[in-house]
Amino acid sequence: MRYAETGYNLEVDLSKGSIERVETDPRLTELYLGGLGTNAKLLWDRVPPEVEPFSPDNLIIFSAGLLAGTPVPGANRTIVSSLSPQTLLMAYSIMGGFWAPELKQAGYDKVIVRGKAPHLVYLWINNDQVEIRDARHLQGKGALEATELIKEELKEPQAQVLTIGLAGENRVYFASIEHYNRSASRLGLGAIMGSKNLKAIAVRGTKDLNIARPAELFEQCNEVLRYIQYRLDNPILGVPPILAYIGSPQEMALHDEQWHTTSFSWGHARVRRKDFWNEERAREWSKAQEKAVERLISCYNCPLKCGAIIYQPELSTYRYMMKCYSKLTYVMAAMTDNLEFGFRIAGLAEQYGVDSFTTPQVMAFAIELYEAGILTDKDLPGFPSSNEERFFYLLERIVRREGIGDILANGVYWAARQIGRGAEAYDHNTTRKHEQMVIKLGMLNPIYYLMYATGEKGNITQIEGQIPQAPLPEEYREEFVKDWIHPPSEWAEEFKQFILEWGKDGNVFPYYPPIPLTCKLVDWQETMHYIDDCTGICAGLSSFPIKPPYHIHNLPNLISHATGMDIDEVGLWKTVRRVRNLVRANNARRGLRRKDERPPEDHWRKRFPEYEAKLQDEYYKFKGWNSEGIPAKETLNELGLDYVREDLERRGIL
Amino acid sequence: MAKVKKKIKLIKIDADKCNGCRACEVVCSAFHATPKYSSSNPARSRIRVRFDPLKNVYVPVLAGPYTAAECPGRNKYMMDGREFDECAFCPASCPSRDLFKEPDSGLPLKCDMCEQEPPLEEPMCVKWCLNDALTYEEREEEVEEEEKLDDLEIGLESMIDKYGLDKVMDTMARIAISKKG
Repeated sequence: MRYAETGYNLEVDLSKGSIERVETDPRLTELYLGGLGTNAKLLWDRVPPEVEPFSPDNLIIFSAGLLAGTPVPGANRTIVSSLSPQTLLMAYSIMGGFWAPELKQAGYDKVIVRGKAPHLVYLWINNDQVEIRDARHLQGKGALEATELIKEELKEPQAQVLTIGLAGENRVYFASIEHYNRSASRLGLGAIMGSKNLKAIAVRGTKDLNIARPAELFEQCNEVLRYIQYRLDNPILGVPPILAYIGSPQEMALHDEQWHTTSFSWGHARVRRKDFWNEERAREWSKAQEKAVERLISCYNCPLKCGAIIYQPELSTYRYMMKCYSKLTYVMAAMTDNLEFGFRIAGLAEQYGVDSFTTPQVMAFAIELYEAGILTDKDLPGFPSSNEERFFYLLERIVRREGIGDILANGVYWAARQIGRGAEAYDHNTTRKHEQMVIKLGMLNPIYYLMYATGEKGNITQIEGQIPQAPLPEEYREEFVKDWIHPPSEWAEEFKQFILEWGKDGNVFPYYPPIPLTCKLVDWQETMHYIDDCTGICAGLSSFPIKPPYHIHNLPNLISHATGMDIDEVGLWKTVRRVRNLVRANNARRGLRRKDERPPEDHWRKRFPEYEAKLQDEYYKFKGWNSEGIPAKETLNELGLDYVREDLERRGIL
Repeated sequence: MAKVKKKIKLIKIDADKCNGCRACEVVCSAFHATPKYSSSNPARSRIRVRFDPLKNVYVPVLAGPYTAAECPGRNKYMMDGREFDECAFCPASCPSRDLFKEPDSGLPLKCDMCEQEPPLEEPMCVKWCLNDALTYEEREEEVEEEEKLDDLEIGLESMIDKYGLDKVMDTMARIAISKKG
């Protein structure tokens, strides 16, 4: 019997219209865990670098995390992997919600889709019965509308549905996959679904998911819940409220937006408004938020309320679901002070199915080009005068690929080059062709430099975590390290010293922390995320916040008790290194090189080119990569990835 | 019949506090698995969150008794301008829906307040609801003594309701012969 996982994948070929249930090899779980790990292996084996993202030969894999659906709190994430139309590299985006547990309950770990359907279809997985159904009547329907229509026509209100909106159908490069209150937004995976004529996947499952060591796992789960309660009652002292709790940033519950509005930049990642937040603003924004938020909601088996139901009578569905920072991304990019605008446009954008990180930046970029005279009234006929209206205007054209929208739908990097006439100079906030966080700070931050440079995931929030973003005020440091059980055993003392000494006696950026310590801090943050990406435990309970309930000391036990494998701290670290290197190898094979690994030029005002190069050299060495950032032969051999080494050698990459 | 003291166990449901995470379903199905906690499957849970996010409807419902009959009519609730599904608050395992039936056998499910020896402090769904949508209370009442059906009888009665007495007896006889060889 298989435990925690079902041991079966669904293989769907939309060109042939075939569906197969395929048993998986349990040794792959030992080597790559599940979720991202086994997805990366499938892409390596089956999608050679010649395949284009929109080719029918490309795969899109919808995987439940290894622990998703077990009683492990917050283990609910779906890891979607494919190639990105925007970066042309491996793309993976992750979402919470209810879809992955339902898939496990239906008896599958992954749905692997290839080919292209002759017309728009959706997939209906009802335990052992799986069918490809006509979706032509759902063409152009919003994500939430389509979800409701599908549940209605299947007469299955308990089905869990993931779907694309109009943007995905039209292959917008930053189209998202939407599900309930969550979405897999980054890197254009919605466009890949659209390119396969796949509108949605609905799942209903009523089978058991087995646990290897029930009593032991349950005791661990109870301990996790106790710690969650403890952390909810004990916010971290000395950091802004938005960083003091666990979960995805509690934007739906908290009204204090000083940190985001004054630390992050507005417009097309241009200006900081350090004096934006004041008492009057706080009152106004609290009022707007209370008016919009009807209920705080959660994902499967998680007590944290990171999401909310937003009442929005302008929408055909009257309500939509929101979480985190998307209430601010449109507001800040449009340079408006009006939070209600944020709630209005985010609802519409969710129906169309676009990424709320990239979309506002693309629209702010278009406004900049218009104001610079690069785009004119010919490109933007009837362009309104207020930024709020301009954003609605642009959104409608982008999701339909209408007029200039057809170019903007490719994201800032590609649009800048297609428009030309100097537009390239306005592409200032992308790395690997992908829009980055809207940062504009003074002093180079060596930790974040490395994370932006080398994190192919593309979203800093899915790489960072665990440590405060600035030195703690001195009076809180001793207290902080007292119950800081989270760092890996080998580095625990060093990391505690770092917290105590950071900010003291000239221990400031860019030369503090010293390079070796910087490498370890970055590696730890990234590794914890990669574990989550394999297990499907939400980063909001694990790799993202400070002092989370999950850490390198309890995760090996949870994985072992749930699956029956015996894995310890050292073994888990090595397994995840294998996954990390396989992801990197996929990208190296697709052309990723050192030149692509540069954070946006104006992220920090004070830059140190020589020191940055040294940082990157040392970090590559630390990771066991060569000077181009490609996993070295010895690294691949040590991890049992000989087949990867051979392939890279044959192609002349190593 | 004699009067006896009976402990009334009460799970209070505050639907306004429900965050729709379904932890109650997860832990209920795991607690009632054999061996205990050896599997999870919300479809087997004796508590279900009836939710419809686009109507802002979130209602945890505990499985009540099995009933062979459907309601003759239905009720529709409107509260705070929101319309609730006509069976939204009903705890019955009944012929008109799949709720509170074992997904494989169709046998009815009923909340047993997680009774076990030694007793738990509170039912598991309450323990795992950190948002206090579910809270637990006990009180004592005097009630008339009654004879209780055990689980086997409840199960058999529902099979009889579903398939008829003759068919169940025939099947039992056939299984008995094949088992005894």
